[in-house]
Amino acid sequence: MSSQSAALLSARGMRSPFGGPFDFDLRAGECVAIQGPSGAGKSVLLRMLADLDPHEGEALLDGRSNKTMPAPAWRSQVVYQAAEPAWWEATAAEHFSDEQRGFVDETLAALGLSAALLDSEIERLSTGERQRLALVRSLAAAPRVLLLDEPTAALDPDSVAQAEALLASCLAQGMAILIVTHSAEQAGRLAQRIFHLDGGRLATA
Amino acid sequence: MNAIHLGTWDLLAAALSLALRLGVHRQILVAALRMVVQLAIVGMVLRSVFAAASPLATAAVVLFMVGAAAREVATRPKQRLKRHMNYQISAAVVACAGFATVLLALTTAVRPDPWYAPRYAIPLMGIVLGSVLNAASLALDGVLDGVVRERGRIEARLALGTPLREALGPLVRNATRRGMIPVANQMSAAGIITLPGIMTGQLLAGMDPMEAVKYQILLMFLLAGASGLASVGAALLAVRALGDERQRLRVDRLRV
Repeated sequence: MSSQSAALLSARGMRSPFGGPFDFDLRAGECVAIQGPSGAGKSVLLRMLADLDPHEGEALLDGRSNKTMPAPAWRSQVVYQAAEPAWWEATAAEHFSDEQRGFVDETLAALGLSAALLDSEIERLSTGERQRLALVRSLAAAPRVLLLDEPTAALDPDSVAQAEALLASCLAQGMAILIVTHSAEQAGRLAQRIFHLDGGRLATA
Repeated sequence: MNAIHLGTWDLLAAALSLALRLGVHRQILVAALRMVVQLAIVGMVLRSVFAAASPLATAAVVLFMVGAAAREVATRPKQRLKRHMNYQISAAVVACAGFATVLLALTTAVRPDPWYAPRYAIPLMGIVLGSVLNAASLALDGVLDGVVRERGRIEARLALGTPLREALGPLVRNATRRGMIPVANQMSAAGIITLPGIMTGQLLAGMDPMEAVKYQILLMFLLAGASGLASVGAALLAVRALGDERQRLRVDRLRV
């Protein structure tokens, strides 16, 4: 386990009726994969870290507790991306601000997506396109920690490789990533450590 | 007037519900039966309260009406909040909107003597509560139902750091609008498509049409104000009950 000062994100005694207690550290530039059977509480853990679900214990970002800052400020730095990301406007473009446009265009290209997708109706896009757009949306928020729930489940192997390359470049810039994935290969490619979650209990591999 | 024959119309509505599997036939029949019994009792009670002209009796009747309306608002939505929050919200909204509107009418436009004269206070409260009930239950249902339906979208916004208030904004506006629709329809249809109930009653009772219209206009404004208060109040209180100090969406506060 890393020392407290080097940790970007730390969980301290986080628990809810659905799982825990969770205690671990995540360093800047580090990716940890979480694996485990369905219903093991993987999403619950991510949601707790993003402070979206009530829980005991606390999470620290740079040693600063989530309780000492407003929840929106916490969540914009520790961004959670659900397994089936939802959209609240008709087109993807409406989900981005003008300042984000440059970043969005670059990131779309890195994921092999055409900029024209932005103005299509979300409903008409494929699941894979929506999933990659959701990744763009999460990254456009410029998070320090990214909590990803099966972000490439709907993608073909080439698209998975592009998404992983993008995530790797984010890691190289100092982002920390916690990724829930069913794919042991993906965990092996991206993550420095793998956590196993079963029955709400965490085991480090 | 033969109310029994007209009752077959209600049975027709129930039969339609059965045929189309709308699942409301029981509700319609129960509501019809309740309506008849309720009105019969009210007629008798009002007769004695008007005769007594006591402030205490008037207050008792008014409070009973407010309680009944609040109960109706609380039980209408499909989704219920835990710990009887539906009832608390309904009681607060119905009482505030009802009393504020009726007191305003009694002290400015109507000015009976004494101001609590049951012949004015009770019917006014009744018609105001009718609108308040509609508005509050639609708005409450709009929020509670909308939160379940829109949960993914709301949480997606929260997850990106959007404040809860902002993420819930569209939902609150929609629910409030839903609550205001009945009174808006009522106002735009008044006189052309329908003759409003009060006016019809006064015309049937032999009042001059212009006098009846004057009362109706006053009433419509009162009802619009009351509906607005009730919609906004119900939507905001419901949203407050569904959020917490960490700006989370607490869908777990709904009973499953």
